Amino acid sequence: MAQNSTADDGSARPSIWRFANPHEFMRLTGRLLPWITPLAIVTLVVGLLWALLAELPPHPQGERVRIMFIHVPAAMMGINIYAMMIVASLIGLIRRHPVSHLAAKAAAPIGAVYMLAALVSGAFWGAPTWGAWWDFGDARLMAALILFFFYLGYIALWNAIEDPTSASELAAVLCLFGSIFAFLARYVSAFWNTLHQKTSLSAIDGKELVDDAIFVPLMVLFVANYLVFFVLLMISMRTEIRARRVQALRVAEG
Amino acid sequence: MRALFLRDLRLALRLGGGAGLSLSFFFIVAAVIGFSVEPDPKLLAQVGPGAVLIATALAALISLDRLFQADFEDGSLEQIALGPAPLEAAVLSKAAAHWATTGLPATLCAPLLAQMFQVPDAATLTLTLALAVGAPALSLTGAVGAALTLGVRRGGLLLSVIVAPMFSPTLILGAVAARAAALQLDPSSALLLLAAITIGALAIAPFAAAAALRINVN
Repeated sequence: MAQNSTADDGSARPSIWRFANPHEFMRLTGRLLPWITPLAIVTLVVGLLWALLAELPPHPQGERVRIMFIHVPAAMMGINIYAMMIVASLIGLIRRHPVSHLAAKAAAPIGAVYMLAALVSGAFWGAPTWGAWWDFGDARLMAALILFFFYLGYIALWNAIEDPTSASELAAVLCLFGSIFAFLARYVSAFWNTLHQKTSLSAIDGKELVDDAIFVPLMVLFVANYLVFFVLLMISMRTEIRARRVQALRVAEG
Repeated sequence: MRALFLRDLRLALRLGGGAGLSLSFFFIVAAVIGFSVEPDPKLLAQVGPGAVLIATALAALISLDRLFQADFEDGSLEQIALGPAPLEAAVLSKAAAHWATTGLPATLCAPLLAQMFQVPDAATLTLTLALAVGAPALSLTGAVGAALTLGVRRGGLLLSVIVAPMFSPTLILGAVAARAAALQLDPSSALLLLAAITIGALAIAPFAAAAALRINVN
């Protein structure tokens, strides 16, 4: 970790990992995007319409159950994107892999928005069903909020450091070290919960009312959200690579 | 390493803004919390442990941005990095000095503050124990945050945003322990978990902070 020798300007360097080369990455994603973008849009529209219009089995919460179609995929994406950032940061640090760092950087704002969507939709769901917008005693809410703060800190660190190479490495250290505390927060607040028994919450958990009428559109929306995330991530990474190329050209011209 | 610890300790004690100031800050924060809630003895006793925990965390947080900054600016950090002791050890001794000037005085004064809030004796004892085993984790994780934001001009706010979520497990467990004691339950599992976080941070934080320092010093 001592030398900062990684070139960010897309100069072709021999590598075992072909897509460490930004040229190779740009070529592949340039071919994939025109196919995956419409696919993502279509699945998302189909999934959302299905979730909105489907005939649901009778449920004590009535139509409010439909909030789940936004809330559960958003929470899942918020958590999984952080996991993806951990893997990307690790690869970036170990293999000094600029595209991997870029992937983590580009994923963070998307993950933060998903996490925010999960928190807000959860509040709108909680207000009528639990009678409270927010509950500091609940482990999941606490963990989600702390994860959201980690996203904010990560994005802020990237923005604060000017040199892109050290920014990428420092952000990767933060992502890895922070992940320990993100997991800790999850289980520590679960421990908190054992003092205040709140088993009633798990009855509202999406996984315990898996009726096919809910399960199938939910799965469609899972797939749709993964596709949307992939498309957004690729567009954002391509923009960043192009921005750095422009920067490199400007520097070269003086 | 010992020399570095003693040097940092002496610097903190002699220069303005050392242990004394951070201790006053600790007291002021707790007192302000006391002023801002209703002066109802029952309510104060419930709020008290939280007030002490918040005051400890803020006192640690507010002094973190100087942890490496001064040595970074005058070049002594590079000398330390080049010196015989590994950078990890330097981080450890700096975090220890930080704890000795913020966490330790806060722990020692916690019983006094808790009494001012009329916290029951059992909860006061548990809270003090919780701070004794938990506060070192604040300095250790804080050192990682300070190392990460070293190159940022006026990074104090960024540092707080990064470090505060890492403080949350320690604060949650401290509150759990104090409340368990107030309800006359056994707080030992929360105290053990607090100690576990401190020991875990002791094992990991110096390496993470040293890695961040190396990136910043180069």
